[in-house]
This record gives sequence, C-alpha cells and structure tokens, in this order.
Amino acid sequence: MWARDEGQVTDQPQVTDQPLVPGQTPDVTRSDIIVCRDVHKWFGQLHVLRGIDLTVKSGEVIVIFGPSGSGKSTFIRTINRLEEHQRGDIFVDGIELTSDIRNIAAIRSEIGMVFQSFNLFPHLTALQNVTLGPIRVRRWPRAKADQKAMELLERVGIPEQAHKHPAQLSGGQQQRVAIARALAMQPKIMLFDEPTSALDPEMINEVLEVMRELAGSGMTMLCVSHEMGFARAVADRMVFIDEGVIVEQGPPSQIFGAPEQERTKQFLSQILH
Amino acid sequence: MSADVELRAGGLPPPPDTVGPSAWLRQNLFGSWPSTIFTVVLGALLAMLAALVIQWVLNARWGVVTDNLRLLLIGQYPFEEAWRVWLALVLLSVLAGLASAIGGGAIRTLANWLAAGQAMLGLLALGSGLGLHVAGALLVNATLVWLAFFVGLRWPVSRRHLTLATLVYVPVAVVLLQGVGGTPLSVVPTRFWGGLLLTFLLAIAGILLSFPFGVVLALGRRSNLPAIRLMSTAYIEVVRGVPLVTILFMAAIMLPLFLPGEVRIDAVVRAVGGITLFSAAYVAENVRGGLQAIPAGQLEASDAIGLNAFQRNVYVVLPQALRAVIPANVGLFISLLKDTTLVAIAGGGLLELLGIGNAVLANPQWAGARLEIYAFITVVFFVLCYAMSQASYRLEAQMGVGKR
Repeated sequence: MWARDEGQVTDQPQVTDQPLVPGQTPDVTRSDIIVCRDVHKWFGQLHVLRGIDLTVKSGEVIVIFGPSGSGKSTFIRTINRLEEHQRGDIFVDGIELTSDIRNIAAIRSEIGMVFQSFNLFPHLTALQNVTLGPIRVRRWPRAKADQKAMELLERVGIPEQAHKHPAQLSGGQQQRVAIARALAMQPKIMLFDEPTSALDPEMINEVLEVMRELAGSGMTMLCVSHEMGFARAVADRMVFIDEGVIVEQGPPSQIFGAPEQERTKQFLSQILH
Repeated sequence: MSADVELRAGGLPPPPDTVGPSAWLRQNLFGSWPSTIFTVVLGALLAMLAALVIQWVLNARWGVVTDNLRLLLIGQYPFEEAWRVWLALVLLSVLAGLASAIGGGAIRTLANWLAAGQAMLGLLALGSGLGLHVAGALLVNATLVWLAFFVGLRWPVSRRHLTLATLVYVPVAVVLLQGVGGTPLSVVPTRFWGGLLLTFLLAIAGILLSFPFGVVLALGRRSNLPAIRLMSTAYIEVVRGVPLVTILFMAAIMLPLFLPGEVRIDAVVRAVGGITLFSAAYVAENVRGGLQAIPAGQLEASDAIGLNAFQRNVYVVLPQALRAVIPANVGLFISLLKDTTLVAIAGGGLLELLGIGNAVLANPQWAGARLEIYAFITVVFFVLCYAMSQASYRLEAQMGVGKR
C-alpha cells in the first residue's frame, strides 16, 4: 500500500447500496473499481471495440492478451480517456467517464499508466520526470515531491540514476522510471500497455520484477501483455480479446489448462511453444 | 596470449605517411595534378585579393569613422547626457558578468562578446576626438564584465535574483536613457537616439517581444478552438505576405496620419512595434515546426499523469519544441538585427547605424568616404551577428539538441 495515502481509501464515493445508474441492477459493489459496460469504439469506419463488458475488483491483477489489432490497447486507453469511447459506460471508482473535463481529470488522478515506448520526458531527469506530476498537479512542495520520488526510484531499484536524463538510461531503466512516474501520483489503478514489448530480452525481467512486486502490494492492475510466465504467476484473471470483444476470461489455471474457446486455444498455441 | 591482447588494445601506430601536417597538405591540397593546379591558382588569386584589401585599408580615410564616432555610437543623443548611455552599459556589463558566472556557455559567450565589443569600441574611441572619458568608460566596462564574472564565481548570485535584476534592468535602462521631466534627469526625446544605440535597442526589444508573441501565435495555430486557430493562421499568413519595409513604412508614416491628432505614439515604439509584429509571424512558424516534432506519446504521458492543457504546454511541449528550433530562431533573430536597418529606409526620422552612416555621407566633407563608412558598419554588424551565432551553438550544445 506504499503507493497511496491511507486516507484516500475512505474518500471513495459510496456506491455500495445504490445502483450506479437508476433502474439498473445494483450488482456494482464498492469493491468494483472499474466497471465497463458495452464499450464501443470506432476509428472512422473501423469498429475496433465491439461491446466490451468488464468489471474489475479493487486489488485485482488482470492480464489482457490477444492478437495484434484486436483492440486490447485501445480498450485500456479508453479507461483513462486517451481514447474516447463512443457507446457504453465506463465507471472508475464510482465516477462516470464522460466528456466533462473535470470527470476526466478526476479519473486520471486515480489511474497511472505505463506505455510500451516509455514516453518519458526527454528534457527532464529521471527524478524530474517522477516529480512533475506531484509538483504541478498535486501542488506538493518540491522537497516533499523529491523525497517521495527518491523512495519510488529506490522501490524500482534505480535510485542512483535519479539525476540522469532518459537518453542516458537503458530501456529497462527507462521503463522503471516510467512506472515510478505513474506511481508518484498515488493512483489506485495502474494500466500497463505492453510494458515489455519494446525491451531487449535481458531487460524484460527487471521490469516484470517491479510489476510483480507491485501486484503483491495490492495494486489494481490491468496489463496488456504477452508475458505468459508473468500472467501465470501473478494474474488473478486473464482476459482474451479478439476482434474487439472479450472472447474468454478466467483465472490463469483455466486459460492455460482448459480454455473453453477454440480461438483462445489457437492463439495460445501460437504464442506458447 | 595476454601480450597479444594488450597490443591489440593499444593498437598499432598509423603508417608514418598518413598523419601530420605534411600528410594533410598532400591529401587535401596536392592530392592529384588537377587539385595541385587548383590550389596554386586559387592561392595566387587569394593573395592578390588580400594585397588589394590591405592596400585599401591602409590608404582609406578612416577619419570618417573616428571623427563621427559619437554620431555612429549614440546618434544625436546630447553629448553632455551621454553618461547615461555609458551608465546603462555599466549596469548591463555587471549583469552579464554575474549571469555568465552562474549560467551556461551561451550566456558566457554573449558576455565575452559584450566585453570584447566594448573594448574594441573603446580602443577606437581612444584614437578619435571623442575624449578620453568615453574611451575610458568603454574600456572600464569591458573589464567590468570580467570582474563581475569573477565576483559572481566567488559569491554566486541566485538565478532567481538575477532574473529579477534583469527584469528591473529593462525599465531602469529605458528611464535612464529617456529621462523624467522635472527631475535632474532631463528628458531626451527618442528622436535624438540613434546610431549603434538605436540599432541595439530596436534589435533587443524586437527579439524580446516577438519571441513570446510568436510562441503564443504558434500555440494558437494548433489550438482546438477554431476561432483562435483561424485568427492565428490568418495573422501569420497575412504578415508573411507583406515585406517588412512596408510594415515599417506604415508604422512610420501612415499610422500617425490615421491616428487622431492628440494621440501620438513615439517613433521608436512604432518601429519596435512594426518589427515585433513582423518577426512574431516567423517565430510562430519556426515554433510550429518544433511543436509538430513532439511525439504523440509525450502528450499522452502528460495527460496520463493529469497535467492540464496549459501545464502540458509549459512543462512538456514547449521546453522540447523550443530547444528543437533554437538554430532556426537564432537565424531569424540575426536577420531581425540586420533588418533594423530598414528603419532608416522607411523614414520617420529614426537614424540607426546605417541611417547615421548615410547622414554622415551627406556632409560634403565626407562625400568620398562611402566605402569606409559602409565597411565600418559591415564590421559592426558582422561582430554582432557572429556573437549571436556563436552563442546559439553554445546554447544548442548546452541544451543537448539532437539527443533525446
């Protein structure tokens, strides 16, 4: 629980007893931190998300996998509004994701995101990358932000790189700084969009190690990833997306041991050898 | 085995005929028969040209420069009030010295050139009828830059204080030069300002004002709001379609005709306004190029950590975009400096360096010294532009352009 203040948990909107939308089944409970209902998304004429329903419980670790172009990245990017969904509802921690800029800001402040290509700010040092959000968005004094950032950099194992610029770091180190940057905003949810796909093989593990530890700390995580070893070890649930819909989901034991759908079986046989 | 490895680590020495000056000469100047002929012919031509130039320099009537040095430096600024100009320069020199002690290579380069430039003008003043105190003031100023530099190294001034001092300096310098009515600091109307002083003021004011305006225009052109985007685009395209001399002519001649009689805008302010409005459109296009070079992932990362649009621009987008366009912008500011000479052509009574030069030539005594005065003006502009481009190379290196 090191990534958030204790007090924040009690600030959650009370959604336990009331349905989120009047008239709908009150099956949404306080522990459902993300609720997606019938989410659709088009890029121009292209129908990329074709009705995704997914409910994520607080503290759950979910690994999303599927063929390239299946919409899995697009889907997690709709959750913090990097992509706008055009139909359906998304609720994050009881807040409905609408076009209202205040809603978007509120939701983004609950969600940290890690990208495939790191997207660190190249003109800032590792430390400044981590403190930018806390200082500018949370309005923390610099000393407090620096201290917290150093704690996080220690947590991801690279405190000695704090004053280097991203160009001076290896891919694995950059991705770990990116994770620290996301955690600095004390999110309740972390989204990982293929965090190890751009890494050289010998650096994948150092990033997965950090993610594994994060999962162990109780963070709610949605990871788009094809690291099946990681999924098997850490995921509470695996979600297979193909052609914009969730084809199958279940615990790793089921997905790896006895997948129900032919497509899941086929895809897994292609990536597991 | 280990000796073998060691030898390989140290490497073998290069063959003797591939290094050293003689090898360089052979490779680059006398590599083949055609190359040798080219080298000899070109060398002879260059030597002849150099001889001609030196001969001209030795026989030129440099009196046109030394006798008119006061006009060339400060125009018709009253000589008994000229101490204010030197005092403004003293303050600038101290500021530059202190800044170069804590700042990077670019500021240091500019400060060095400020010192060197004042030293050169001081030496020139020594050989003219300007009086020892002017030469002394300029030479003392030059040493002040370095003195302040060493003081700043010993007792560093914080960046914040220095920025504040610079912000205070600008109005102080303007008040000092212009004076205040009813005080011992008598008013010197801007129509008396001229020469290098005016060139300097026009260029610095133009650069300082057009840069932020241009950045705002560039952001406006990429705004999500159609009205702002349209207005910015229209402004940029219209201004870029008009020659600067036209804008300066409008500012100098037409504007006063259209304004009601009681509204008078100072001629220098009008010229600065014209230069700024013109230059901002070009700054905007440069900056737009830098903005387009920012990868979409940078914007997504800013959004994801919760920065709003303003913060995203200030802390993520602009720092990267602006450093990517430093070379282009310095090039632009160098042409702005040279374009200040158009103020003399547009009329309106402002005589900057070139204008003063032309005015001097109108004096029958110096009618034949056209080449000498233009040569002097050329050298002054060259030094100013060269200093700027040197500073920009330093700035690029400092900000790590090209490495992400």
